[in-house]
Amino acid sequence: MMNKKKFTSPIIEMLIGALIAALGYLAFKRGGYYYKLTALTGRGVVFYILAALLALGGLAVIVVGITSLLRVSRYNALVESGDRAAASSLDRSMGIKAKRALSNTFIYVLLVIISVIWLIPFICIILQSFRVESTSPVGYIVPQQWGLANYKNLLNTNFPRWYLNTFIIAIACAVLQTVIVLCMSYVLSRFRFKLRKPLMQFMLILGMFPGMLSMIILYRVLKDLGMTQANAVPGLILVYIASSGMGYYISKGFFDTIPKSLDEAARMDGATRAQVLFKIILPLSKPIIIYTILTAFMAPWADFVFARYISLNNPIGMNVAVGLNTWLSKDQIDSMYTTFCAGGVVVALPVTILFMLLQRYYVEGVTGGAVKG
Amino acid sequence: MSKKSIVSPIARIVLGLILAAVFCIFAAKLVDPWINKIGTAKAKDVIWSIITLIAGAVLLISGIAELVRSLHFNRMVTNSGMQVKKVKHATIGDFFKKIGAWFANAGKAVANEFKDIVQTFRNGDWKTKLSFLVMGFGSIARGQVLRGILFLLFEIVFIVYMIFAGVHWLSLLPTLGTKGPSVVYNEVLDQYVSQYNDNSFKILLYGVLTIFFIIAFIYTWRLNVKQNKISEEILRSGKPLKSGKDDLRSLVDDKFHATLLALPLTGIIIFTVLPIIFMILVAFTNYDGAHDGYYNNLFTWVGLKNFNTMLSWKAVGGGQSYAATFGEILTWTLIWAFFATFTNYFLGMFVAMMINKKGIHFKKVWRTILVMTIAIPQFISLLYVSKMFAKNGIVNGTLIALKIIDKSKPIPFWEDPTLARVMVILINIWIGIPYMMLISTGILMNIPADLYESAKIDGASPWQQYRKITLPYMLFITGPYLLTSFTGNMNNFNVIYLLTGGAPANSAASTAAGTVGYTDLLITWLFKIATGAEAQYYMASVIGIMVFAVVAVISLIVYNLLPSIKNEEDFQ
Repeated sequence: MMNKKKFTSPIIEMLIGALIAALGYLAFKRGGYYYKLTALTGRGVVFYILAALLALGGLAVIVVGITSLLRVSRYNALVESGDRAAASSLDRSMGIKAKRALSNTFIYVLLVIISVIWLIPFICIILQSFRVESTSPVGYIVPQQWGLANYKNLLNTNFPRWYLNTFIIAIACAVLQTVIVLCMSYVLSRFRFKLRKPLMQFMLILGMFPGMLSMIILYRVLKDLGMTQANAVPGLILVYIASSGMGYYISKGFFDTIPKSLDEAARMDGATRAQVLFKIILPLSKPIIIYTILTAFMAPWADFVFARYISLNNPIGMNVAVGLNTWLSKDQIDSMYTTFCAGGVVVALPVTILFMLLQRYYVEGVTGGAVKG
Repeated sequence: MSKKSIVSPIARIVLGLILAAVFCIFAAKLVDPWINKIGTAKAKDVIWSIITLIAGAVLLISGIAELVRSLHFNRMVTNSGMQVKKVKHATIGDFFKKIGAWFANAGKAVANEFKDIVQTFRNGDWKTKLSFLVMGFGSIARGQVLRGILFLLFEIVFIVYMIFAGVHWLSLLPTLGTKGPSVVYNEVLDQYVSQYNDNSFKILLYGVLTIFFIIAFIYTWRLNVKQNKISEEILRSGKPLKSGKDDLRSLVDDKFHATLLALPLTGIIIFTVLPIIFMILVAFTNYDGAHDGYYNNLFTWVGLKNFNTMLSWKAVGGGQSYAATFGEILTWTLIWAFFATFTNYFLGMFVAMMINKKGIHFKKVWRTILVMTIAIPQFISLLYVSKMFAKNGIVNGTLIALKIIDKSKPIPFWEDPTLARVMVILINIWIGIPYMMLISTGILMNIPADLYESAKIDGASPWQQYRKITLPYMLFITGPYLLTSFTGNMNNFNVIYLLTGGAPANSAASTAAGTVGYTDLLITWLFKIATGAEAQYYMASVIGIMVFAVVAVISLIVYNLLPSIKNEEDFQ
């Protein structure tokens, strides 16, 4: 026995949609009220954003309500005409197919919106780097006059020096940090010795201290060693690699996944622990080695705090992050802004290309690391 | 077997929610710059907000965990209709018991060590007895020359160091130096020159190093004693001792871990442990720009004075007290960490589910676009975005060009406290979603597909599938990640510093040590104090210790309540 469907649920859906939209209207009114008061402009803007979101959400719910209303009415018509088979097939196919098509369209729209939001800043910075009619920040995106002046200007500044500094640091870190991290994580994954658990707990606790604190003393010590300001590069390399053993979690997670039976078999055949590492484990660890090299290479390009503190306003010892940041200070921004954009592009381009080429390994590392914890 | 009552967990949750609401009221008072008229942050508001926050969070989390447990338990009882083995779960009480047990064990272990040392001496032969004084003597006398020489060498180095430097630094440690720099007449140059004497910085640094060295010596001495006992036992049983060659070989075999760990651990001890201990000690001194310990004034121990300053409600320098400022910044730090973590967590999962959905094409393209924010160094993207939202930036310019806002009234994204706070959270989503998307992509693929199949057959809606399958699975696996990401966000220096630098300034909360802004986190406040004009390193250290305390307490509580404390051996 086939019953007609009731219209209650679509109507409730539509009502809820209307309610949400009404809330949006209230938020809009409230926003207008705040927006008029000079001191509360910001709050007004927040309410406007909220209003827009509520209105969109409410509309979406209403649309869903209307579609299900239409579906129910068609279904009922079919039931009335006695075409039960058609009705039940409609119920199934319409329900599933329409829903899937609707949700897929919805997802595509969302993904496109997200992609645009994600890319806009990068597109803007590239466009701004080709703008030659003025050097200060402006309110429009597309340049009025195009040219390469900003890129040429980069060569007249300390930028090549900063680039070289960062590159040297990045290469050194990529090599040394990888060795240290792999040693640490391999030991903690494979060996069972008495101090292992205490060591891991100790490092967990150490990690809870803000690393920035040690900056002050490290600066004084490095200064005594002559590794600050103009000579900041060796100092920075030392600081980066020295404590890198703490970041063992992800590669330990990887080593944990390599079956221990491999080690045991090799040990049975008389291999030493060192031979096991070099002959068996390392050849299997290509993904995690590449991941570690990649992250170690990328970090120095972005480090700001330590590099700033240790180079201490000396342009010779800065890395790109610190150097480019000086161009955004109040007295330089109007003359250097577009050059900053060009510098940003020059820095980001190789790093991004490298990252995209090795993305697969990065994804493996990140996902594996989180699952292992 | 009776079912468990779910009244008590629900009561706990309700109470937790009430406390959370009370917290919101106090937090709003502290955070909202309009309700909280400049400089009126009250001591009791801060205290109450902290108390309600912690109590509320504990009640809520434990209540939910308990509820889930009871429901699960009841279902098992219903399903099986017979006895179910009771599973013991950790509670807060257990946690304190654990701490007590830990101390008891530590005490017992120390007592055992002493007993063992005394027994070794009593039962040992003359070689062993002499080894108590001359390290390594027993080993050399028994033919293990390499070990013996290393022990002896260490002892000689230690004694020489202590005589020529260690004692000097240790003797100065209690005062951190007495003779400051002075101006003296130099006959050769015929003029007055500055003469530098004691160096408080070095005294503290080398003092700590010397203590490290002494601890290392005691440990090595203990090893030496143990070595003698073991050797004696081996000889007594008639077996040969290991030769120096065996020892060297074991460095690439049985003791390979020691070889591999040597370099990383040295680095960590010198560049992480030593600085942290040093900076903890600095919190008990008056080390700052004016007392740099060498060039102008020495610094010295001041006891708990700095902590008293940080926790006192007395207003300083026309502004409000340190405690009120600390409370304000801590409240905002916790709010920020909460939103930064959970927006990224759920939105990242959402985006991953959208991209992974069946029937969605170009999966790789979407992913690649999103990971752009990971690939491009943060300082470029964040600095640029912060300029985009400036008053004369592209966003305002575009909105003006589109006639959405008035030219005379650009939106004050970074000048308005509330708006600036909302903006940093929103922009952090832009930076943070891709990580979470990558992580959840990996996990989502691991969820057994038949779970969904059977759920569909049972007629579960997508929302039900998400709530009953996806979310519990994700939460179970990413629980530890959520915790580290929360504490990581509490210390997320880059996003705040590069986007706003802490602005807009909060004139009332600003202390003698520097300007404080509405978006400042504890970590950026610490940075500002340490690098500001007065360079109050001691205050920076106090804040650093507070940050550690907050992070440690949160981690301990959450970690003990998490259901997914997993046994790491399970994965191998």
